[in-house]
Formats: sequence, C-alpha cells, structure tokens
Amino acid sequence: MINESAVYWSRALTELTLSFHIIYATIGVGVPLMIMIAQWTGYKKNDEHYILMARRWARGFVITVAVGVVTGTAIGLQLSLLWPNFMQLAGQTIALPLFMETFAFFFEAIFLGIYLYTWDRFDSQKKHMLLLIPVAVGASMSAVFITIVNAFMNAPRGFDIVDGELVNIQPFLAMFNPAMPTKVAHVLVTAYMTSAFVLAAIAGFRMLKGSKHVYHKKSLLLLMKIGLIFSIAAAVIGDFSGKYLAEYQPEKLAAAEWHFETEGKASLVLFGVLDGEEVKYAIKIPYALSILAHFNPNAEVIGLDQFEEEDLPPLYIHYLFDIMVSIGMFMMLVSLLYVVGKARGWQFIHSRWYRWIIVAGGPLSIIAIEAGWWLAEVGRQPWILYGLMRTPEGATTSDHVDLMLLLFAGVYAVLAVGSIVVLVRMFKNNPIEREIEDRHSEKGGDIL
Amino acid sequence: MTLEILGISVLWIFLFGYVIVASIDFGAGFFNAYSLLIGKNHILTNIIKRYLSPVWEVTNVFLVFFFVGIVGFFPQTAFYYGTILLVPVSISLVLLAIRGSYYAFESYGTRGHIGYTLTYGVAGLLIPASLSVVFAIAGGGYVDVIDGQPVLNYWTLYTSPFAWSIVVLSIAAVLYISAVFLTWYAHKANDIEATKLMRKYALVWAAPLMISALGIMYEMKSINSESYSHMVNLWWMFAISAVLFIVTVVLIAMRKKYGLAVGLLIAQFAVAFFAYGIAQYPYLLYPYLTIYDSFTSTQMAIALVIAFILGLCLLLPSLYLLMKLFLFNKKYVTGKEDNHA
Ligand code: HDD
Ligand code: HEM
Ligand code: HEM
Repeated sequence: MINESAVYWSRALTELTLSFHIIYATIGVGVPLMIMIAQWTGYKKNDEHYILMARRWARGFVITVAVGVVTGTAIGLQLSLLWPNFMQLAGQTIALPLFMETFAFFFEAIFLGIYLYTWDRFDSQKKHMLLLIPVAVGASMSAVFITIVNAFMNAPRGFDIVDGELVNIQPFLAMFNPAMPTKVAHVLVTAYMTSAFVLAAIAGFRMLKGSKHVYHKKSLLLLMKIGLIFSIAAAVIGDFSGKYLAEYQPEKLAAAEWHFETEGKASLVLFGVLDGEEVKYAIKIPYALSILAHFNPNAEVIGLDQFEEEDLPPLYIHYLFDIMVSIGMFMMLVSLLYVVGKARGWQFIHSRWYRWIIVAGGPLSIIAIEAGWWLAEVGRQPWILYGLMRTPEGATTSDHVDLMLLLFAGVYAVLAVGSIVVLVRMFKNNPIEREIEDRHSEKGGDIL
Repeated sequence: MTLEILGISVLWIFLFGYVIVASIDFGAGFFNAYSLLIGKNHILTNIIKRYLSPVWEVTNVFLVFFFVGIVGFFPQTAFYYGTILLVPVSISLVLLAIRGSYYAFESYGTRGHIGYTLTYGVAGLLIPASLSVVFAIAGGGYVDVIDGQPVLNYWTLYTSPFAWSIVVLSIAAVLYISAVFLTWYAHKANDIEATKLMRKYALVWAAPLMISALGIMYEMKSINSESYSHMVNLWWMFAISAVLFIVTVVLIAMRKKYGLAVGLLIAQFAVAFFAYGIAQYPYLLYPYLTIYDSFTSTQMAIALVIAFILGLCLLLPSLYLLMKLFLFNKKYVTGKEDNHA
C-alpha cells in the first residue's frame, strides 16, 4: 500500500530538513578543527591573537551547534516517522554505525561543555587545549558514521535476501561498503574546506568594513592556507568519487554528465542545455570524462542507453555537479592566489574586489555542499536503497505529512533568523578591538 | 539473560537517564520563567543558569541515544511507532527545537529577553506532556491495524483519562524532580534564599505527583488488565518506591541531608520506572509488538552490544569528568569562578 501524497510530502520534508541540517552540521564538523588549529598556533607562537581567534570562534560555534543539534534530532526522528519501512530494513542492516554515532555525539557534547566553561580555569593553557581534541574527533566521527549510513544506501552490502527475508547479516561488511571510502573522505574534507572559507569570509567582511587590526590579517592568511589544502583534497577525492560512480552506480555518473551513448574517449560536458538527447551550448572537455571515470583517456564510459527509463535519476543533477565542481575549482584558485600573493607581495589580494570575492567564498562553499548532497541523493533516485527498495516503498502511509512540512518550515525559518541575528549581535557588540583592550586591562590588573 | 532482555534493559536505563536529566532541565526552565513572573528571578536565575549551561547538550543526547538504539535493537518499532507517531512526535520535535536553540541564543547571545524566558519555560512543560503520550499509546487501546498499516485513533487517545493521567504525572514529576535537585544544588552553593524557595516548590509538587501516580494505576485496570495484573504482582516494587518517596519528602521537610534526598529521589523513580517497564513485558506496543518478534538479527545484536560496551568505556570517564568539574566542584557551584568562553 502506497500513499502517493504521503510519499511526495515525505520527500519534501526530508529534503527540507536535511538541506537545513547540513549547513549547521558541516560547520559543526569543520569549525572545531579550525579552533584547534588556531589555539595550537597561538600556543606555539605564544601569540595572544590566535588564542582569541579560538575563543571567538568557539563562542559563535555554540550557536551553530545548538541549531545543528536540534535539527539533527529532528532528522533522526523523521527518518523513522517519514520512512518507517526503510528504517525497519535499515535497522536490521546498518544500525551499527547509526548507534556508534550517538556515542560520538555524547563524547563531543560532554567535552564541548567542559571546553566552553573552563577558559582560564586550568593552570596550563595546554590542558585546556587538549579538551578540544575529543570535541573535534567526536564531531568528525559523527560525520563519518552518518556518512557510512548514507554510503550504505548507495551500495547496500552485508546481507542476503532469501524468500523476502533478510538473512546472514554482517554489520561490518555493511559498514565497509564500496561507497564508503570516497564518500566519507569527501564529506570530511569538504566540511573542513567549507568551515575555513566561511570563517575567512567573516574576517574578510570585517576588513571591508574598515577594521585595520592585524588580528584579521592573521586569521585570513591562516584560513586561506587551510582552505587551500582542503580544497585540493576535495578535488582529488571528488575525482575518486567519480571513479566509484563509474564502477558501482554508472547511471548516476551518466546522468550527471549527460552521457547518453556508451563510448570510449568520452568528453566531459560542462553546463549547456538539453534539447531532447542533444546537448547545446555546453563546454566540452575532450577525454576528461574517461579520465574522471577510469584514469584512462580512451576508456569506455557507460551511457544512459544501458538503462531502463524507470531506473534513471532526473537529468537536472548535471547542473548540481557543475555547480559543485566549479565552486570547488574557483575556491582553490582564490585561496591559491591569496597564499602565493601574500608570499610574493602581490597587491591585488588586498584590494576591495578581492576581499569581496573572499566574502563570497563562504556562501559559495555552502552552496557547493548543498549541490553535492542534492547530486548524491537525487542521483540515487528512484532508489532509497540502491537496487533494493524504491523510494515510495520506503515512505510512510500516514496522512498529515503536508501539515508537518509547514510546521517544520516555520520552525526552521525561526531558527535561521534567530541564529543569524544572535551571531551578528554577538560579534557586533564585542568587536575584536574592544576584546583585546578588555583583556589587556584584565591582565594588567593581575600584574599590579 | 537473553539478548532481547539485555537490549531493552539498556534502552530502558538510558530512557530513565533522559527522564531524570531532562526533568531537571525542563523544570529548571519553568521555575526560572515562573520566578520572573512573580518577580523573584533575582533569587533563582543565577543558580539555574550555572547548572544548566554546561550540560544542556548532553541531556539531548540521552534522547537521541534512546531512539537510535531502539531502531537498532528492535527495527520493527520503526515501522509501527514511526507510522503512528508522525503527528505527536513532530509536535514534540518542534518544541524541542525551539527550546533547545533559544536556550543557546539567550544565554550566549542576547541576555534577558522576557519573551524567550517565558517560551522556554512553557515549552519545558509541554515537551514532557507531549512525549509522555507515547507511554499511553504503548499501553495499548489506541492503535488499530487496518490493511496491515497501524493507525492511531486520535479521538480515543485525547478523550482517555488514562492518557491524561500520564500527562499530569509527567508534568508533576518534572517539577518535583527538578525542585528537589535544585534545592540540593542551591544549598551546595550556599544560596539560602534559593534553597528556601526551591524547597517550598519541592514540597508543593510532591502531592500532585502521588495523586496522579495512583490515578494511573487505577485507570490501568480498565485499559490493559494484563499489565495491571503484572503491576499487582510487582506491588513490592511500588511499595519500595513509595517508601523512598516518603523518606525524601520528610528529609526535605525537615531541611536535612538534601544530597541524600536527591539520591533517594532517583532511586524512587528508578524503582517505579522499572516496575512499570517490567509490567509491560513482553510488549513494546500492546498487543501487536513484543520484544521477541521485533528483535533484530543475532549478529546485529551482538555487534550493538559490543559497540555499547566500548562506548561506555569512553563515556563513563567523560561523564565523571563533567560532573567533577561542574556538579561536585564547590568553586564552580558557588559561582566563584566564571570561565565561560
Ligand atoms: C565544498 C563542497 C564540495 C566541493 C568543492 C566538491 N564537492 Fe563533491 N560533494 C560534496 C561537496 C563538494 C559533498 C556535499 O560532500 C558530497 C555529497 C555527498 C557526498 O558524498 O559528498 C559530494 C559528492 C560528490 C560526488 C557524488 C558521490 C556519490 O554520489 O556517491 C562526486 C562524483 C563528487 N562529489 C565529485 C567532486 C569533484 C570532482 C569535485 C571537484 C572539485 C568536487 N566534488 C568538489
Ligand atoms: C546518513 C545520511 C542520510 C540518509 C540516511 C538519508 C536519507 C534519505 C532519504 C530517506 C531520502 C528520501 C528519498 C527521497 O526523498 O527521494 C533522502 C533523500 C534526500 N536526501 Fe538524503 N540522507 C542522508 C544524507 C543526506 C544529507 C546529509 C543531505 C544533505 C542535504 C541529504 C539530502 C537529501 C535530498 C536533497 C533528498 C531528496 C532527493 C529527491 O527527493 O529526489 N541526504 N535521503
Ligand atoms: C540522515 C542524516 C542525519 C541524521 C539522522 C543526523 C542526526 C543528527 C542528530 C540526531 C544530531 C543531534 C545530536 C546531539 O543531540 O548532539 C545531529 C547533529 C550533528 N550532525 Fe547530523 N545527522 C545527519 C546528517 C549529518 C551529516 C551528513 C553530517 C556531516 C556531514 C552531520 C553532522 C552532524 C554534526 C557535526 C552534529 C553535531 C551538531 C553540531 O556540531 O553542529 N549530520 N545529527
């Protein structure tokens, strides 16, 4: 029994909740690492500015974590509420990483609480800094575990089906499925990359607004270096993700590339529009698709002609792929120019227009994250569990899902506005110049 | 002990953990709002903030642990409960979302907006009320299976005295647990005024707690006679719980040994909570789902148990550290140190 309207609204609500959660979750995964790097740098160089960086980021981080936690709790329960049939199957096969994720949350939550409330409490700075390790590890591990669940949806393994019954279940085989290595690695490095560029955007914005403080210069350079490293990593691992797709989900890659005919020496299509099966106005890079798929310019890449119509994902995912890749390349270039320019003394990187590009880098990276997830999830359609369960079969049959969509949309709007207002106010009321002054008078008081 | 029993015991323990820590949290939020209304917030706000601030996220994880764990150990619950609870749990989620995030917004961002504080306080009572309905549903009588699909009968549920007794009990329990705990916490902080006020609240909420608990037992008789007879067989557990309750109230009334009172309170709720759980055995959703027919495969169960044990090895020392730094640290509790980022 399938309730068509419940399926439709369940998809809409899942899309909404996940798209909202992923913004805060990505920041939640990446920012602890940034805080750690800043505090470590400050400790090594004995430079108060980096310590303050860590402290200010940590303060803002609390707000994004709060929204991450509540929206995460929402999606966690919604998976059962909206996809009960799917979760029943998933519970039997892939519950292990889901369960381990809760321990990662626990670990992160406990140490985040301790870290936030013990500034200057310990005699040694180092002791306090060590508290960050479990926070960063916990946050990254929760991303690892949840991404393993998602990888399983793309490449289900670790069980047999006999007469419609699940038997011979092997939880570890299910976890270490073929999609897992590239997916986990790509999600992690893109989270680090995005967090670096989001924080860099804030620093760039303060400088555009006239702050001349050396604090911002230091933080911008640090973040651009981190961003450069992780955007290169994102592209390399993204390339491996393409090879994974060519091997295990060729229709997803073919749809993302508008690759209709199976052929060798395949060229990569960028942008363009579709007229029937004809691609118009596109940029074509010869051999690039064969290289992306198989490391070999002559290799044959499976096209859409090999699949039944009903098994194909929507073709608009092509644009999502293009958006993600373009932003990735662009940000790599932006950070590369900045880092090299800084060493070489190029002046344009200090110009206003370049600052604006850096500011745009924050939102752009988040758009890339969204595009990447939509590519991965919509590209998996019509399957909720690749090859095993179609999306409508997984959905709930209960009514009122549309009403719930309205309800949650309202809540997310409130959360989005609330978190932005609070963050802006927090940093506006306490600009870095004031904070440094306050700290000096505090310290001075101690010495006297 | 079978794996089924082990699994449900672990989950029940964590659910109990959530009931206790969340009650303290929800109740504290309500008292904070209430004290603002009657103009006594200068007495309570500090003490409540100091306790809540470092632990709020941890509280939520107890809940996450429970609902992720139950899908892992008993995957069929995802199908039954997932289908019927769409509306009630979505409402709880909305309340949780508003409350959780606005707590962080208020305490780290803008201080002291009265609207936030009131919403926060009221949501703290609505959440236990909406979540506790699940207990009523689990007891049976509100779900029909039509064409193989479970359907919740809203009308029977909302007109059921049993469901309403559970709602009243959950609210009374939240306020009582929270008041007893905060009495002790304020006492440790040497805050005489706050201790006095919280002690009064603890005594006030003791009576509604008992009355609603007795009401549930009475209603149970007509709703689900099978569980009721189990409960009668477990009379001694409820008796122990009642004795613990009386001793706690006496200690509070005599202004003695608040720390011991908190211990006894937790014991009282633990005994009653487990007695209630055992009385439901073996049903997860009466009469459709038992822990046996919904259990996951043996391989998965073993993997989960191993993960659980390893997880505990990580978790218990960390929780101990958290408590040592914030709950049992005299300097922090008395507010002599304020080291927040
Ligand atoms: C800042 C974000 C970002 C950037 C710059 C990139 N990606 Fe990405 N990509 C993601 C963020 C992302 C993601 C959000 O993390 C996804 C969604 C699901 C996943 O596994 O990772 C993803 C998925 C994803 C997939 C689909 C994997 C699947 O469905 O299993 C492929 C093939 C690529 N990426 C390839 C690339 C390439 C070749 C890039 C070259 C620069 C690239 N990505 C940059
Ligand atoms: C463990 C991780 C994840 C799980 C278990 C999961 C689960 C699901 C489910 C059940 C659906 C329903 C199918 C549908 O609506 O068509 C879905 C679709 C979707 N998910 Fe995921 N998801 C995960 C990660 C993510 C993340 C992090 C995002 C980020 C935004 C995301 C974005 C989407 C989107 C956009 C769809 C809609 C696809 C469509 O309707 O065509 N997913 N996912
Ligand atoms: C279907 C997919 C997902 C589910 C069911 C889910 C579930 C959850 C839950 C229940 C929480 C709250 C935990 C708490 O109480 O502390 C949470 C928060 C979080 N989630 Fe998700 N999540 C999903 C997707 C993702 C993805 C794809 C990532 C990473 C890329 C992620 C990263 C995080 C992080 C880091 C947090 C902690 C909050 C923060 O630090 O901001 N989640 N998630």
